[in-house]
Order: sequence, then structure tokens, then C-alpha cells
Amino acid sequence: MDTMRERFTSTTSDLLDQDPRLAVVLADITAAAFAPAAARHPERVLNVGIREQLLIGVAGGLALAGLRPIAHTFPSFLVERPFEQIKLDLGHQDVGAVLVSTGASYDMASLGRTHQAPGDVALFDTLEGWTVQVPGHPEEAEALLRAAAAGSGRVYLRLSGETNHAAHPVEGGRMAVLKQGSDRAAGVVVAVGPLLDPVLEAVADLDVTVLYAATVRPFDVAGLRSAVARTAAADVVVVEPYLAGTSNREVGEALLDTPHRVLGLGVARQELRRYGTPAEHAAAHGLDAASLRARIGGFLG
Amino acid sequence: MENTNTNTEAMMNTNTAVLDRTGDTSREIREDAGTERASFEALGGLMAQMTGDEKHGPAATSTLDALWVLYTRVLRVDPHAPEDPLRDRFLLSKGHGPMAYYAVLAARGFIPESWLGDFGSFDSPLGHHPDRLLVPGAEIGSGSLGHGLGLAVGTALGLRARGLNTQRVVTLLGDAELDEGSNHEAIAYAGAVGLASLTAVVVDNQSATHGWSGGIATRFEREGWSTVTVDGRDHDALEAAFTAPHPGRPHAVVAVVEPKYS
Repeated sequence: MDTMRERFTSTTSDLLDQDPRLAVVLADITAAAFAPAAARHPERVLNVGIREQLLIGVAGGLALAGLRPIAHTFPSFLVERPFEQIKLDLGHQDVGAVLVSTGASYDMASLGRTHQAPGDVALFDTLEGWTVQVPGHPEEAEALLRAAAAGSGRVYLRLSGETNHAAHPVEGGRMAVLKQGSDRAAGVVVAVGPLLDPVLEAVADLDVTVLYAATVRPFDVAGLRSAVARTAAADVVVVEPYLAGTSNREVGEALLDTPHRVLGLGVARQELRRYGTPAEHAAAHGLDAASLRARIGGFLG
Repeated sequence: MENTNTNTEAMMNTNTAVLDRTGDTSREIREDAGTERASFEALGGLMAQMTGDEKHGPAATSTLDALWVLYTRVLRVDPHAPEDPLRDRFLLSKGHGPMAYYAVLAARGFIPESWLGDFGSFDSPLGHHPDRLLVPGAEIGSGSLGHGLGLAVGTALGLRARGLNTQRVVTLLGDAELDEGSNHEAIAYAGAVGLASLTAVVVDNQSATHGWSGGIATRFEREGWSTVTVDGRDHDALEAAFTAPHPGRPHAVVAVVEPKYS
């Protein structure tokens, strides 16, 4: 199976052949993989070099000129470094774009903090009108990318090296019920993107409902309310592969009329100051199956 | 591109200089010099509706002459079709002090003169920084410095990708705005790829805190841009600078005006 990042380049290269409205803006990252597409479409595959403010500014200008831009690099440099360009060159100008990051929170664990951006989704929560998608499988990434490219809105597609073993339907932005708890279920666990597999393993012996979200903004309010209505307790755990608690506000607003509890699990705010592997970072943040079993069980138990 | 509009005759009956939609800068359809000067002088009255002052200091009008020459002699833009896909694009990057911009837009018929008196109020579409969603003819919302040039680069690339090769993209910056590093990302890239449809106008009122040793034009020249430095109050010199050929290269016009602090 190819990686999400490889699926991104192959799918986007294919879309460039089909859609004359589509343009890709790069800042050196992944430029080599786009070389064949750039040779076919030199005016629509643009590498601005290591210039991330310009990366987003050019995307905004392309959109103003009537194109559908896809801008891409690592999340630290796509979202955090040029964040004001995202706010103004896209949002304030009221133009659409697809931002595709690869690297997630700790894919590049051995590169340290500079290449880790667990706060990216939280940053988008400060802005209006963004769809935020966190696929858990290359098939999902392709489906979401194709839909985003065909649309006109502002989409952030967060790709990761971590994946689930199987793909699930992601169309329509709804959460999928992957484990249905009984009437006496202790609560609802929302698993986001590539953390689905560890969540399912963690709750295998628990009577809970598991919802799978590949689209986290807009949050599937109806899906959560429906699931909560069928469990004994309005207790919700959100397990996200980025900053812990990012979606707590969404859960709170979705359940505004229901006394409820919510636990947000994800990447800690504190710097680890460790290198190593993604698996080691997942464990350090309590996001491996054993840690999740203890934390979810403790909250819902 | 073709002249897709039929309003030239109507425009000739107005009290403003007439736009030549063909891109030919022939003068016979223009007002005579005296009338044009009178139209330009009238901008002061339009600005007074926003500022309450009949007299304006150099800082408030630093961009006025460059804007006026662009909108009367250079840009192919039409107040009756501000969304025309075949129009030239003007991106006001330096969104600070936009009274001169609004005055020119009003004089050219993009916005009603009646909007000016309410400038900056809650109900006015005209704020101290322009919003493209509120101001007809404004290509971008600006105010945070250092955004227009990057957007202009992207716009020029986008028009080129769409096969719109005769449209110009002009952005106006201030010399202090060049402090923002984002501009230098755009200057280097646009020069490297020879983005010939792009023109950057830098209005230089010597307001950058640390100045630009060696001059502003050198920042563009060394990245492969065509450059010209002119008197920012001389309309004919500005027109010549804006229309100077620059095949295969982006073009920078440094329009020098009175120092902001003197």
C-alpha cells in the first residue's frame, strides 16, 4: 500500500491532467514527486522555493484569478509559519483553497519539535469557514482530496504516516459508527483519523459506542447527538492525533442541552524534547492502545 | 484582448479622463491636459469629505498621483464592469491611509461619492483599511503590510495559467512596507521566474525606520527585475515608468515623494 503522501501526489497529478482549473503550489517539500506533473503543466505546478509566506500568498492570488489552488508542505510550515497569510490571503479575501499537509504531529519524531505541529487544527478553529479533514487511510485521503479539489471552499487536509489497516467511507463529512454500544453503554468514543485502530483495540472489551471521524470541521453534531442518545451516560471521549482537547468545545456545543462529561485525549501541549519514532511518541502521549484502554476505561468506568 | 465594453462613449461624457480599453495609450480620447489637471485637483475635495481637512499633508497624499495616473492612463479597468475577467488587476498592498485610493475610486465611478462622508463608520463600506468584499473595484482587502505582492504574484501566475496573457497585475506598496520579509520572498521568486505581467509600484516617502541603503530599486534589480525610479508627483514621468517595456521581467516603479517626516 502506498502512503497518504504518495497517494496525494499521484491523485493530484491525475487531477491536474483532468482539471484545467487546478493548480499546485509547493515550497520545495514533495517537489521531486511532482516533477512529472510539473513537466506536463509548468504553469500549474509552481514551486516557490523555501518561502512559505509566498506559498500561501500565491495560493490566494491564484484563487483570486479563478484557479483552484492546492498548497502543500509540512504542517509546521504550511499552517504555523504563514498563519497570518492563511487568515488574510485566503480567509479575509474570501477565496477558496486546499491546504494539504504531510507530517502530522510526530511523523518526523526524529527531527524534533521544529517539524512537529500538533497545534495546527486548533489554529484553524480560530478562523471561519474551514473544513478540516484527517484521513486515516490512503483511500480516504484520495476520496477527500478529490472532493476538495472539485469544490470551492477552504479545506485543510492533514495527512499522516500513521494509518489504520482498513479504509472507511468518508463521504459527506459524517462520522461512522464502527462499534455500537448497548443501551447500557458507558459512553461514546470519537476516534479521529489514524487513531481509530488503537482506539478499537483499546475498547474491545468495553461496552461503548465508537464513532470514526475523518472530517472534524465542521463537526458532525447530529452524529454525536444521535450516538449519545443511545448510550446510558452522556459521557464522551475524543481521541485526536493532534493537540489534546482541540474538539472539546465542539462536543460541548453539540451537547449544550445535555448534562455531559467530556475527556479530550491527544498530543500533550508540553514538549517531549525527545527524538525516536512515531510509535514512541504515541506512547509518550498516551495514545497507544494500552494507554488508551487505561485512560478511557478510567473515565467511563 | 478585445474591447468588450460599449461604454466608452458614455464615459467620454463624464467629467473624468477616459479609459482606453484597447491598451493603446493614444491621447485623442483623453481629456486635454487642463481638464485632467482640474479632475486631479478635484480629488482634494473628495479626500476632504473623508478627513474634514481641505489641506492634506504629504503623507495622506503620498500615493495620490501614482494612483491617479494608474487609473486614468494605465489600467484597463471599468467601473461599469469591475469584475470583467479581462481587466487588469490593481492590488493596493499598502492599505494604510486609503483616502487617496477611495478618492480615485470615487472620481473614476467605482464607488459613489456619497460614500465618502461616512468614511470609517460602522455602516460605511469604506474603512481605514479597504475590504474587497465591501468596495467595488478593490481587488484585495489590505491593511496588514506585506500581503499584496505575494497575492499579486499568485494573481499573475493564475491569469497566465488561464491564458490571459495581456492582463497586467499592478500592486502598490510603501517603502516602509518593504520591511516585511514576505515582500522579499515575492521579489526573489517573481524575478527568478521572470513574471513579466507583474508591476510593483513602491511609493517612497522615506518612512522606513532603517531606510534602504543603496536604494529601493536595487532590491528589485538584483533579483532580475526591470526598475525605474521617478518623481512620484510627475504624472507624465509616472505614466512613462508604468508603460515602459520590460519583456521577460517583472517591473518595479519607485515613485519618490516628499519625506513623511521632515
